[in-house]
Amino acid sequence: MLYREAGQFKASYEADQQIFPILQDRVGVLLLIGFFALVVPLIADQYWLKAILIPVLIFSLAAIGLNILTGYAGQLSLGSAAFMAVGAFGAYNFMLRIDGMPFLVAILLGGLCAALVGVMFGLPSLRIKGFYLAVATLAAQFFIVWALVKIEWFSNYSSSGVITAQEIEILGYAFDGPVSKYLLTLFVVVVMALLAKNMVRSTTGRAWMAVRDMDVAAEVIGIRLMRTKLTAFAVSSFYCGVAGALYAYTYIGTVEPEGFNLDLSFRILFMIIIGGVGSIMGSFLGAAFIVLLPIALDVFVPMFLGDLVSSSFVSNLQLIVFGGLIVFFLIVEPHGLARLWQIGKEKLRLWPFPH
Amino acid sequence: MQFFFEVLIGGLLSGVLYALVALGFVLIYKASGVFNFAQGAMVFFAALTFVGFLEVLPGWTGLEEGGRAVFWLSFVLSLAAMVVLAIVTEKFVLRPLVNQPAITLFMATIGLTFLVEGIAQGIWGANVRGLNLGIQDEPIEYMMENFNILISSFDVFAAAVAAILVAALALFFQYTRIGRALRAVADDHQAALSIGIPLRHIWVIVWAVAGFVALVAGMIWGARNGVQFALTFTALKALPVLILGGFTSVPGAIVGGLIIGASEKLAEVYVGPFVGGGIESWFPYILALAFLLVRPEGLFGEKHIDRV
Repeated sequence: MLYREAGQFKASYEADQQIFPILQDRVGVLLLIGFFALVVPLIADQYWLKAILIPVLIFSLAAIGLNILTGYAGQLSLGSAAFMAVGAFGAYNFMLRIDGMPFLVAILLGGLCAALVGVMFGLPSLRIKGFYLAVATLAAQFFIVWALVKIEWFSNYSSSGVITAQEIEILGYAFDGPVSKYLLTLFVVVVMALLAKNMVRSTTGRAWMAVRDMDVAAEVIGIRLMRTKLTAFAVSSFYCGVAGALYAYTYIGTVEPEGFNLDLSFRILFMIIIGGVGSIMGSFLGAAFIVLLPIALDVFVPMFLGDLVSSSFVSNLQLIVFGGLIVFFLIVEPHGLARLWQIGKEKLRLWPFPH
Repeated sequence: MQFFFEVLIGGLLSGVLYALVALGFVLIYKASGVFNFAQGAMVFFAALTFVGFLEVLPGWTGLEEGGRAVFWLSFVLSLAAMVVLAIVTEKFVLRPLVNQPAITLFMATIGLTFLVEGIAQGIWGANVRGLNLGIQDEPIEYMMENFNILISSFDVFAAAVAAILVAALALFFQYTRIGRALRAVADDHQAALSIGIPLRHIWVIVWAVAGFVALVAGMIWGARNGVQFALTFTALKALPVLILGGFTSVPGAIVGGLIIGASEKLAEVYVGPFVGGGIESWFPYILALAFLLVRPEGLFGEKHIDRV
């Protein structure tokens, strides 16, 4: 009754080509953005902003990046954390070495650096497929982290490659509090997520999906494999790079290359598995889930089991619950939380007369 | 030149250990088409279980500590644990995911990795433990005197074990009923099913065999570096070996292991100092990657043919 597109006629091409063709979706997204932009800063305390909301947003962006590559273009990658590292260090160097570098331009340039590196490591994908490629992306993971530690120029000759993000200042306004940092992150993430949502239904996005489903068939119908695969790597790495820059500037502040390790890559992979492979919405849901789960376990396990268990038990339990959930999700709902969301919407369309 | 040979032989011998881990991957991939990322966790689990039993068994049974009986009893019990793990995995992970795309199964094994790691540490604790197999880690005198080359007897022992294991597996695959069934399944699932090979049993068997290989690999690695969480990283060492040798080839795993082991050590010694060292972490991957560009299916892998 509430959620139904009946009666919404598309009278112009603009109306036909909107990102969200259904009015309720548009209103819903606007309300959601409005809630997170206007209401949340008023009611959330520092801890929520710093430890939950900002990381969820940043990881959502990284997850969108990986989702573009793995979910849409079908190229499994285990190196997304390394591309985040390139973005972070790239943005840092642009801020450091160019006087008066605007922050937003710096993180975009950081993303571009990541995109370049991504294309370089994406080149093998033209010849290597499937698991061979997944293992090959591990080369990117280990090599990039090693290079950032060993080549001291990247970290401005600090010991073991640790960098401290500069202050953020845009048009004379200093973004130093958690609220302003949160809003800045939200702005970047929302803009890029909408762009991604738009991109995956464009020619590029459809070419990605054709290649994902079967690259030989895609080639036969005239999709240029090289261009398609490399744009997927470039766009994906760009998103990861921007996420990495935000990670350094609005979340952690002081980062080292070792922080962008294989573990982080896997966590981003889990986000898209649990959230939904091949879904922008799913990237947000998955990121929220993966960020909140350890926090929830940390809080609730001692609350219920009290002093019975040690902290090492809790960390083991985290591993077990994590692993168990991933297997569980793959078995029960291989399309992730996004699919549940979709099912919910379908149900809502038929409500209250389901037959 | 002596130094070169020392590094080369040391590299080859450590390559044997990589091959041992890679072997577990190949067995499972061949039989079920699953790229089992949990192999490293299985190595860790097996080694930890073995050491754990070594510690607790004397208390439970009154057997002499460090004696032969305890050793073999622990070995058998650990093997039983690996078989149980294989059965549970088949029942709760593989069976519900039959017919899913390979990438889904791969991700499921990543989940399995976390599960196995958490369970292993939950049962036995996360402390680093030593493991003494009773083999000395000393240079062999004969080689020292005659060729002036330093080779550890332990490494030679490990290589011998790996060689025996590979030979045994080859015989098992070639001449036994189960081995023939395994090869049939590896060839074509449906054809194997249609002539009455029970697919599920075969999967349990192959996971159990992989568990056995993991146990042997875990014991040798554990005796070398201590039984600790770092054992799970053996999987990462085995991956370039796999792509170099090809996912489906047992000889590929061995040859790949030797190439990776030797070139990694040589590169660390001869190239490392020029670029700041520590290149062991990525060199095998880049090497394997460069190799893949020439032969995308690895040294001995099956050529992949796409049909539209």
